[in-house]
Amino acid sequence: MSSPTSDSHVEPADENLPERDDLYANPGLHEHEWRPTDVDPKAEKRAERQVATLFGLSAICTVLFVVTYFTVDADDTFAGLGAQNLAFGLSLAGALLFIGIGVIQWARKLMSDQEIIEYRHPASSSDEDRAATLEALSTGLAESGIGRRPMVRNSLLGAAGLVGLTAIVPLWDLGPTNADVTDNPPFPGSGLENTIWDKGMRVVRDVVGTPIKPSDLQIGDLVNAEPEGLFKSPEDGEPLEGVALQVGKSKGAVVLVRMEPDEIIPGSGRENWSVDGIVCYSKICTHVGCPISLYERTTHHLLCPCHQSTFDLADSAKVIFGPAARPLPQLPLAVDGEGYLIAQSDFTEPVGPSYWERG
Amino acid sequence: MDTSKVADSNRTTAATASKPNRVGAVATWADERLGLATLAKKNLRKVFPDHWSFMLGEIALWSFVVLLLTGVFLTLWFTPSMGEVQYNGSYEQLRGIHMSEAFASSLRISFDVRGGLLMRQMHHWAAMLFIAAMMIHLLRVFFTGAHRKPRELNWVIGCLLLLLGTLEGFTGYSLPDDLLSGTGIRAADGFIKATPVVGTYMSFLLFGGEFPGESIIPRLYVVHVLLIPGLLLALIAAHMLLLVYHKHTQWPGPGRTEKNVVGFPMLPVYAAKAGGFFFIVFGVTALLGGLLSINPVWKYGPYDPSKVTAGSQPDWYMGWPDGALRIMPGIETHIWGITISWNVMLPILVLPMLMFTILLLLPFLESWITGDKREHHLLQRPRNAPTRTALMVALMTMYGLFWAAGGNDIIAIKLHASINQITYFLRGAVFIGPVIAFIITRRWCISLQRKDNETVLHGYETGIIMRSPEGGYSERHLPLPESRAYALTARDRDPVVNGVEAGSDANGVPAPGQGRLAALRHRIRTMWYSDNVQKPTRDELDHGHHHAEHEHELQESMEGHAADGHQFDGHHLVDDESLRH
Repeated sequence: MSSPTSDSHVEPADENLPERDDLYANPGLHEHEWRPTDVDPKAEKRAERQVATLFGLSAICTVLFVVTYFTVDADDTFAGLGAQNLAFGLSLAGALLFIGIGVIQWARKLMSDQEIIEYRHPASSSDEDRAATLEALSTGLAESGIGRRPMVRNSLLGAAGLVGLTAIVPLWDLGPTNADVTDNPPFPGSGLENTIWDKGMRVVRDVVGTPIKPSDLQIGDLVNAEPEGLFKSPEDGEPLEGVALQVGKSKGAVVLVRMEPDEIIPGSGRENWSVDGIVCYSKICTHVGCPISLYERTTHHLLCPCHQSTFDLADSAKVIFGPAARPLPQLPLAVDGEGYLIAQSDFTEPVGPSYWERG
Repeated sequence: MDTSKVADSNRTTAATASKPNRVGAVATWADERLGLATLAKKNLRKVFPDHWSFMLGEIALWSFVVLLLTGVFLTLWFTPSMGEVQYNGSYEQLRGIHMSEAFASSLRISFDVRGGLLMRQMHHWAAMLFIAAMMIHLLRVFFTGAHRKPRELNWVIGCLLLLLGTLEGFTGYSLPDDLLSGTGIRAADGFIKATPVVGTYMSFLLFGGEFPGESIIPRLYVVHVLLIPGLLLALIAAHMLLLVYHKHTQWPGPGRTEKNVVGFPMLPVYAAKAGGFFFIVFGVTALLGGLLSINPVWKYGPYDPSKVTAGSQPDWYMGWPDGALRIMPGIETHIWGITISWNVMLPILVLPMLMFTILLLLPFLESWITGDKREHHLLQRPRNAPTRTALMVALMTMYGLFWAAGGNDIIAIKLHASINQITYFLRGAVFIGPVIAFIITRRWCISLQRKDNETVLHGYETGIIMRSPEGGYSERHLPLPESRAYALTARDRDPVVNGVEAGSDANGVPAPGQGRLAALRHRIRTMWYSDNVQKPTRDELDHGHHHAEHEHELQESMEGHAADGHQFDGHHLVDDESLRH
């Protein structure tokens, strides 16, 4: 039983690889050991009963599942957990696990456990099959004339290569490109180089949209703010919604921070961008675009929760740690006639993650 | 035990010739049209070998089936739309809030569809199980050498399954459009935009305009429920067909050779064991879904591009590229009016592709290095291929360190450590760690090989301490049972011994004219096998046995005079003995 019959296929031996030299003769398969269930009718009956009991338990769990469906309410709780989900989960688990355990118990105790042997064959085809296949292939190819008629062959190859374009070209309409939306903005602030911010637009609190006076902020405060245009569209005065709102938020969100005016190191040309120690930066990380909001007031550091880029808000939001490569764009601030914070202009550079054409 | 009267079928009644019955008629009808009998003849009793580690791939297979079943359930209620609606469902805290239909329907599944939350949680747990099982299965295959000829292509298919499974996971957890998943898509948009030349075009085409647009959820939905599952199904089918064609690998042991496969037949044993195991995997995911909350989207709220939560992290299998992204220094090049974002491109676009390519090529690299072109159906213990094992452990170490980097903020909080220092440490560790792991693993394997040889030559340690008349102590060794000794030595000798191989001169220098590549291969090959311990030669074995006999002679005088209790060494029948006092 142990020694394999020699196969007609002999494995090609690599010249460098020694054949295996067995130090011991193959002792052959272990002698089969009978299980109690094979020789003891009592044990066999017991195993049968076990398996049937497990299947029965599964059936009970299925009934419990159905009962749960009609009796347990979504608000019911059990030991602090949602009772409905718990009951569904446990009854379904029982219904499935008991079938699984039962079937495996059946296999282990009652099905034959005699090991049997099957012989392997090399993965490759036999030499005759290979020869026959090559023969058939060359006959077929010769009859097709693909070798003799290069004009047919080459024109087919060209046409087949080109026909793929019919699948690829229409993909261009998957979306407008950056140039498209920049030239024909579907809503204000479209395109990667623009945001909804504009000269004179008020800086308002996010969620509620109320305008902000410099005196509303204490030293050390950070306010999550948004352009007023999200709440009052520059076009019709109505709140933005849908895509326009999401795109507007994804580029327009800012943070306002107030610090001691002498702590600010203004960037060149940015001397008049702050108001009473209040500076405003894009909230969108220049790394991959997460909104940033973890502020440490004593150090003026703003930390991105996604990849931990850290920006120094007192020093033009320069990167002092982490994977971001560029400072957060700064929004030049001013105060309008009613004393509310406004933007002097849009951002002077694109906000958010870098891209190839950004320059 | 008298087994002569035992029947070897499970019938309870005597076998009688069966009359034609209805089932038979149906089978005949089908066979006359489909010819199934020829196909089934070979495969119904196909032999599969038994080992616990062969079950790992099965976990992946069955959790994929669970994913299909629970996934179909979810599609019945999920609305893949980014249209804005006001939530009016039964989850009080979010009532009145504007959100996408996708998020609203996710809440509906969680709170208003009975069993919906369970299905959502089972789907997510099964996804994690699917990917984890694939990874562990991959490690099992590599560590035991099951990727060698003729199974290299099945390795490639397996790698593609892992890649597609990961993408499937990402597209899946992005669908509910909650704050966490939206942040993931936001970051993905950043990755896409970092692609040289075509980045913004890809981003705008994918999102149907400017991020976030209103197309990404329906598009990811199609990818998630149709495109990738279709590819996964096709590849899984190919994976299984090749498995059946190659026949499963087996561990060396008595009666097991390169030319046979020893085990139990598909019908009934594996049909029952594997079928039963499907119910176990399904049941375990039900248990997980019932007991452990996962991805509670209602706590995160709807996606808002101006909001984020602290500790934002992707699902665990996306953690390692995210970690690479976190510890990458912020390098960007601005030149000729263009921006090259090395800080995003290298860790998230180049590194995963590079790692995946390495993974894909491992079997081919190995056979190129070793020059081994033979078929292998007997598995190797990891220790018997020290360099291969060390290579995978090095890759695992790198993966683990990147993965840890993906949680650097959590580590900093839990350990009260500085996130900056953790990051600086990991920047070095991802390069040095794998090297250290490689060296340690390799030496460890070689030590284990020595230990095996020791056991074969000198027997196993019995734990019995002998005292000689001179007063010296020694531990008694007994020879291994023959089957064990056979299994331990049923392995090939490595081809390069003492650095000399065919085609080389006596100093191991390749013959001239083979080119630079051959020289490189020769160098790597020498390193690959250097210091490996070969199994004993016949001379060593004879010598070892001789030595054991001699020792046995010396100890013979003490035979039968074991110290109290020591006669119970577990290797002798002690039926009539009782503990002496």
